[in-house]
Amino acid sequence: MTIAELIRDASEEAVGYSSDECIKCNVCLTVCPVARVTDLFPGPKYVGPQAQRFRTGRAQPVQVPGVPFALSPDVTVDYCSGCGLCTSACPAGVKIAEMNSQSRARMKAGKRPKLRDWGLGQTDLVGRVGVLFSPISNWALANRPIRAIMETTIGIHREAPFPKFGRRTLQSTWKRRQQRRGTAAVPGPERAIVYFHGCSANYYEQHVADAAIEILKRNGFETIIPEQVCCGLPLISNGIYTEARQRAHKNLDVLAPYARQGYRIIGTSTSCTHTIKAEYREMLDIHADDATVVANATWDICEFLLDLHEQGRLDTGFGRLDEDLPYHAPCQLRSHGIGLPAMELFALVPGLRAADMDHDCCGIAGTYGMKKEKYPIGMAVGAPLFDKIKASGAPEAACDSETCRWQIEKATGTRTRHPIEILLQAYRVADAAGGTKRGPLAAAGT
Amino acid sequence: MGEAHAYDVLVVGGGATGAGVLRDLARRGLRTLLVERGDYGSGTTGRYHGLLHSGGRYVAKDALAARECIAENRILRRIAPASIEDTGGYFVATPDDPDDYVDGFQAACIAADVDCEEIPVVEALRREPALNPGIRRVFKLPDGSVEPWQLIESNIADARAHGSDAWSYQRLVGMERDGDRIVAAMLRDERSGSLTRVTPRFVISCAGAWAGQIAAMVNVTVTMHPGKGTMLIFNQRMTDTVINRCHKSSDGDIMVPVHTVAILGTTEQRVEDPDQYEITRDEVAALIRQGEKLFPDLGNMRLLRAYAGVRPLYQPPAEVTAAAMKDGRQISRAHTVLDHGAMDGVENFVTIVGGKLTTFRRMAEDTVDMVCAKLGVTEPCTTADAILPNQVPGKTYWLGHRLADHEAEGGGDAGLLCECEFVTRPMLDDFLDRHPGCSLDDMRRGTRLGMGPCQGGFCTFRAAGVLAERAGHAGVADVAELADRAILGFLRERFKGTRPIAAGRQLQEQWMISGVYEGGLGVESLIEHETPEASREVVGAQR
Repeated sequence: MTIAELIRDASEEAVGYSSDECIKCNVCLTVCPVARVTDLFPGPKYVGPQAQRFRTGRAQPVQVPGVPFALSPDVTVDYCSGCGLCTSACPAGVKIAEMNSQSRARMKAGKRPKLRDWGLGQTDLVGRVGVLFSPISNWALANRPIRAIMETTIGIHREAPFPKFGRRTLQSTWKRRQQRRGTAAVPGPERAIVYFHGCSANYYEQHVADAAIEILKRNGFETIIPEQVCCGLPLISNGIYTEARQRAHKNLDVLAPYARQGYRIIGTSTSCTHTIKAEYREMLDIHADDATVVANATWDICEFLLDLHEQGRLDTGFGRLDEDLPYHAPCQLRSHGIGLPAMELFALVPGLRAADMDHDCCGIAGTYGMKKEKYPIGMAVGAPLFDKIKASGAPEAACDSETCRWQIEKATGTRTRHPIEILLQAYRVADAAGGTKRGPLAAAGT
Repeated sequence: MGEAHAYDVLVVGGGATGAGVLRDLARRGLRTLLVERGDYGSGTTGRYHGLLHSGGRYVAKDALAARECIAENRILRRIAPASIEDTGGYFVATPDDPDDYVDGFQAACIAADVDCEEIPVVEALRREPALNPGIRRVFKLPDGSVEPWQLIESNIADARAHGSDAWSYQRLVGMERDGDRIVAAMLRDERSGSLTRVTPRFVISCAGAWAGQIAAMVNVTVTMHPGKGTMLIFNQRMTDTVINRCHKSSDGDIMVPVHTVAILGTTEQRVEDPDQYEITRDEVAALIRQGEKLFPDLGNMRLLRAYAGVRPLYQPPAEVTAAAMKDGRQISRAHTVLDHGAMDGVENFVTIVGGKLTTFRRMAEDTVDMVCAKLGVTEPCTTADAILPNQVPGKTYWLGHRLADHEAEGGGDAGLLCECEFVTRPMLDDFLDRHPGCSLDDMRRGTRLGMGPCQGGFCTFRAAGVLAERAGHAGVADVAELADRAILGFLRERFKGTRPIAAGRQLQEQWMISGVYEGGLGVESLIEHETPEASREVVGAQR
């Protein structure tokens, strides 16, 4: 495969070679939310295209006898939060965030990952155990002495936001529901979608999944929830690529047959969907057709709903929500390159005064802001956002990504919900008022 | 002019050969002075592709040269490890390379004592995925890459430790001959214009492609056939291994990873004057076309600059054939010591010609052996055994060291004067302490300042500031003028090498840098006021 082909396929090598495109304009540095608040991170240009020229062995790191750093000349790249804003801002097309992620993986290759980094990567394992013992695990995570011990022993900051484990997983709830209902014929791709719930909806926030399922149903789509595993992003972020690839392949094996039949794959976590859309190929270097087919079929839920609206197929019978709603667009959503679909959907809700907080990153960046040494950085990154939300005096806020919601809630004390939960609330207001559908379908009948 | 300086031997030329000769003489107890018209290693030594030959390149055509290469390769790895990166080398047979050459290659290597092992093509492609997937066979040889300026510095430092001297920016402007002997040499300081007279017992010309000009000063004819070799520098390594085409030498058939870059060599073209040559865009295009046989995607990779060096090729006049005149590659790369006593009746004068950087130490040994015999010195050569100063046995160069060292110091851009090549203020200060009065271009050779993708764009004004600050502390009156001239001189030199390759990203980079210096800093106003001296250019782009 030539480099040109590699670049087209956005593979691991091509990411490295993309440093050729850097003209050192420093735009990446000006958008980097981490470099802005700490000297510990020297910025995307430095750890990206600049340091890249000093890293040997792109495909296979070459061990240099007698040199302890052979695999990892640099350490500061570990302070990249992986928010991806640099890549989206680069006018020359350097894959900076992807390069940083790969460098971190290379830096950690050959070493056993820290227990903490490994643990933070295993969101599905942590979720399963946490749900199994949910009363105990929720008590422990809320217990200050235990959190202090966790901080000193494994390095998870005592103040880091943690969600509450659900009493059971979405998967098990869903199976029960299906059993109760009995087997029904699965509708075709025009009347059903495949839901990628990710770890948060599975283990912590079933209400987000419930909102998604209900809204989709209201708009004429049944939900299919196949067996699935963590998308792998927490593993990628923690530099554990081998396990991330295993997760990716499991998911692709399940999702590809659906995608090939024309089913759309909808997710409620912008980071999971971005991982499936882009990172399986760009970071994990998976170039099977499955990866492309699945990537092309994957949608963020708000992106999907807005698309329905643009086709005139969205039920717009929202009831009135007379409130201010601060909205934070997660950095991962920006990497989708789909604009801010939630804001456009909010505009359809009568009375709702949604305001984009226009801040690049809340600082949590997945698991980054949970780590002891990075928690203060994450809080500093998000500080202007927290201030704005608090200043708004609004009773609740909205954000598409789970870890951001937890971070914002923890930092501001303001309840923060997924946009679709807001939309569902608006639908329910309409129901309570005895409203009818106000979509084009209804209009056609009048 | 003060009193004449008496030395046992005067060495003319501060390239690798001159430095090696100086060191060898000094270690044999001869008080020696080396003079160089510019900065050390600013001639052919600093303008080659950086290859430490395994000898594989010569096994088929010039077994003597091959034997010398592998022997010196082993010695240099031992005595100058810090100047060498042990990249290893592949000789790859592309679909365009004839079978008979490839089939006989390994046997020819073994005959010349060059280690050569055939490895599976898949293994080579796994290690170097940018290689042409159509290659048919791969041989692994002990090639490497060399940092020439550091090597020269080490040799000079060793010579100084043994009581000898080296002066840069001292141009030999004339020699006095009295009958069959040279009795004095006149030097002109290239920066101040002052003259110095030296009275050596013996003169050794290590002027390489310029040897004819030196010999002419005492009416001796040395006919050099300077061969221009053009090379291209790529922004980053597409290979961590030296890649050679396994065929009879031609243009664009070797890629050498050196430091952060990869260098594609080379061409061979006769030039009349080693100071006057150009690099054309056609040459660049032709090199890339050939290089694509090794790396199919070369045309898409970013080029930083083109440069050329002039090979010191020599052939005794009687053997010059019409064929050899047409293609310089036919001339032996092995070296020759010309005894001007026997040949031309000048008893205390020899010239060393031919050779290559890999064999510089052996060239020096052969030369000094002859000179010692004439001077009645019986000390044996020790340069192959003694490890050079500032070298740690067995510790070869590692690309990541600058990044790792800087990170260990806390990292970050703020501490970097040259962001592309990770040059810090302490590195510049250290260099300037050792080389007072040097130019930004000298600092570049010593530290790699300005050798990365922005080609001086973001470091020139910073480094000029350092020069001015130090000059101010040293009592220089007009530091602003000094900084202006430093900026102009360096940018001119950097831009020259990018001209033949300006396209794509590198052209954009140049436009941006021009914008910074012309639009932002008003460099045009300096050009209006510049003095004729400041506008003097060294002809031929540097590396």
